Amino acid sequence: MMGGADAATLGGVDKVQAMAQKPRRKLVFPFTAIVAQEEMVLALLLAAVEPMLGGVLALGDRGTGKSTAVRALAQLLPDMAVVPGCRYNCDPARGCAMPADCSSQGDAMVPVPVVDLPLGASEDRLVGALDLERALTRGEKAFEPGLLARAHRGFLYIDEVNLLEDHLVDLLLDVAASGENVVEREGISLRHPARFVLIGSGNPEEGELRPQLLDRFGLAVELRTPQDLPTRVEVVKRRDAFERDATAFCERYAEAEAAQRARILAGRALLPNISVADAILEEASKLCMALGTDGLRGELTLLRAARSLAALEGSAEVTISHLRRVALPALRHRLRRNPLDDSSSTSRVERAVVETWGDEPNQS
Amino acid sequence: MSVEAALLCAVDPVGLGGVALRCAAGPQRDAWLAGFRALMGQAAWRRIPPDLPDNRLLGGLDLTATLALGRPVAETGVLAAVDGGTLVIAMAERMPGGTAARIASVIDARAVVIEREGVAFNAESRFCTLMLDEGIEADEKAPPALLERLAFHILPGEAPPDIDVSEARALLPAVTMADEFIEALTGAAMALGIGSPRAVLLALNAARAAAALDGREVVEKADAELAARLVLAPRATMAPPPPDSEEEQQQEPPPPEQNQDEPPPPDEQAPMPDPKELEELLLAAAAANLPPHLLDQAKLAALTSRKGGGRAGEARAQAKRGRPIGSRAGEPRGDARMAVLDTLRAAAPWQSIRPRPAHARIAIRREDFRIRRYKQKSEVTSIFAVDASGSSALNRLAEAKGAVELLLADCYVRRDRVALIAFRGSRAEVLLPPTQALARAKRSLAGLPGGGPTPLASGIDAAVELAVSERRAGRSALIVLMTDGRANIARDGAPGHARANLDALDAARAMRAAGVSCILLDTAPRPQPAARALAEAGAAIYLPMPMADSARMARAAGAAAQRLAP
Repeated sequence: MMGGADAATLGGVDKVQAMAQKPRRKLVFPFTAIVAQEEMVLALLLAAVEPMLGGVLALGDRGTGKSTAVRALAQLLPDMAVVPGCRYNCDPARGCAMPADCSSQGDAMVPVPVVDLPLGASEDRLVGALDLERALTRGEKAFEPGLLARAHRGFLYIDEVNLLEDHLVDLLLDVAASGENVVEREGISLRHPARFVLIGSGNPEEGELRPQLLDRFGLAVELRTPQDLPTRVEVVKRRDAFERDATAFCERYAEAEAAQRARILAGRALLPNISVADAILEEASKLCMALGTDGLRGELTLLRAARSLAALEGSAEVTISHLRRVALPALRHRLRRNPLDDSSSTSRVERAVVETWGDEPNQS
Repeated sequence: MSVEAALLCAVDPVGLGGVALRCAAGPQRDAWLAGFRALMGQAAWRRIPPDLPDNRLLGGLDLTATLALGRPVAETGVLAAVDGGTLVIAMAERMPGGTAARIASVIDARAVVIEREGVAFNAESRFCTLMLDEGIEADEKAPPALLERLAFHILPGEAPPDIDVSEARALLPAVTMADEFIEALTGAAMALGIGSPRAVLLALNAARAAAALDGREVVEKADAELAARLVLAPRATMAPPPPDSEEEQQQEPPPPEQNQDEPPPPDEQAPMPDPKELEELLLAAAAANLPPHLLDQAKLAALTSRKGGGRAGEARAQAKRGRPIGSRAGEPRGDARMAVLDTLRAAAPWQSIRPRPAHARIAIRREDFRIRRYKQKSEVTSIFAVDASGSSALNRLAEAKGAVELLLADCYVRRDRVALIAFRGSRAEVLLPPTQALARAKRSLAGLPGGGPTPLASGIDAAVELAVSERRAGRSALIVLMTDGRANIARDGAPGHARANLDALDAARAMRAAGVSCILLDTAPRPQPAARALAEAGAAIYLPMPMADSARMARAAGAAAQRLAP
């Protein structure tokens, strides 16, 4: 049992302030030190520049560095300003979204949150529920925010998303798309903002996601354990070096990290100014029609991803080359397919890209 | 094995993660544990059951104290308390995946971070984990998320000697390792079909610990060999290619081209054997300790399918989601959800006579708590047992395959799991363990060869065994048996119609006794009395399918599955 006030101060403001003051930043494996897995790295960068992209689904083997990459990205991003003590991570510039439930003011800088959704989490841990302690000891009807509130303005990471219960996945995707969590339970009725980048990962051999759900992730990447020895040795060496001496290792990558951070920030600033020519819109639709993707989500994501890539690379307008490079992650999970037909959708997208736009003009 | 694992683990308890011990409780295990505990000295030693609720594991609100004192009281969990010591998980094979995931994240972060129930703290915690896996059946395994993070997976043997490892511990940070060893161990892991880089990292730490134990500051060949044998070998998913043929064969996993004509890229003049040579040495070391199933799958199957002993408990996991159906007395701990209204209602009559804590409007005591009960729609696993023998093949194996494919599509819609068992020749084989990956089911079905005699009894036995293990996991199981009922191989593999038929009937009766639902699709051209008798003995739904098309078969089975999962 904990010895009272200082060990775990309870109740609202004190607790959170105490946490904010504590130097709780642990060293995380640097994003720029990740070996191979280019597709995953690119998808995460695109999602960091354009949070409206709709999240990333990473399918692949255990130990391919999915969660490392997500944590590394969050670490890379600059701290964000929050209202101290706000349980909803509100942005002080916009004012607290939950004035009734939050009396705090001012601002503080905190790291971008990465919230893990553990397998087997219950619905009330996710959306929030009646605050038991206050209900029982003080007879108050108070809301205890859940993981969705904590993930606001950050990342929500779900390992083994394919094993998560369907109703939770539905709920998550719904909140991720609307940016708002609506709670109607136990006599509590409220809504709070919950805008986060949803990152799901899983091993397709262990179970499949329903196609309706697949389609709602913005980007889908496939991860494989590198199959050549030098790459694998490099993976092990870097990880080992990090674990032996994290400080020195992070030091070595500090410059690269700063450069990558600057790139993301520049991309974010550039994003609203990027123009998309009508001809490019047409080309995107052409590819989607060739692939027979349902609905317009495919085109939209393809364009958003291409725009995000253009921003990341500092170009003022979207070109075919941008479309080409994001076509795979943006579309591979949207193909209509027979559930029992496992012919690779990756190769179908690749084929369609070549048929629509011809071969890549000189890979540079 | 067991001695080295204990010693290395004592030298670097955090870097190596810990030890998974698979065996039943007994004096041998106790002796090993006592030896290990002595090695670890005075450090914390906490033993937990597999289903510890979150607030005990991670910490949270101490409900009883909170109510008694009228103010919130926090409690730390076991994972924070065990910092610097050893966490012992008893009966690890029964640990739910969610609990394992939480422990795994604490191991990764080396800290307990909680923000729940109005309590928030962040406590460093570095510990070593011992998993006592008492699983008997092949499907009773310690959670893979934790296994992956523990360096050693062993059967307890000799108890470790009581020596002082403090010098080795002090030496450990100074131990260095040449890059060749990293390359060789990575290569060896690849040749053994180990995908996760965690295994290699653990092996590196094991080699360093071995050097420290020996009082050296530099890792030598013997250390790497020991690491390969202890850490890599038990994780192998395939046997390494024989060293001689490796260079000619150019097999996919080990790409030796680079090392053939040029020396290894970094550190040309190191006084080490080259990584390729080293890798072979390490592979040879690992081969001595490969898990038995790689060498003799059949033997392991016989070993693990033994019946009886340790009931894993038929009881279905208590539903935590689904439709609420009232409440019952109990504490709102772990995943149990409090029924607030019912709790208040239970406390109401006593209010006038209970002393009320300061600031509290109502006095609630532990015995007032009510938690919700849920009714959960249970998952269904369809087990297809397909007779692929000569007589069936002649009749309509193709037709049966078609029916299974249609059923699979149906299962996909309902999100059922499927498993596939084929029996032909002398035995039944589980082609596909229960999975939701239906594309795999289709692939293994398409590759199903036909022909040979009919070991019907073994086929039924295998299906029932699978059904029972599914039921243990809290799912209901449906067997779809496709056969013409003409058995000619008895359980023990002896040929002959009479014995084989008796055995098949016997197996069917065992199925009835086990209470497993079954549909028997008679695949013969005209209905067979043998198949009908079999269905009766097994209380199975009998569907003769003369001239029937696969679509009709699928409809019949689909309807039965529907009935099973209302």
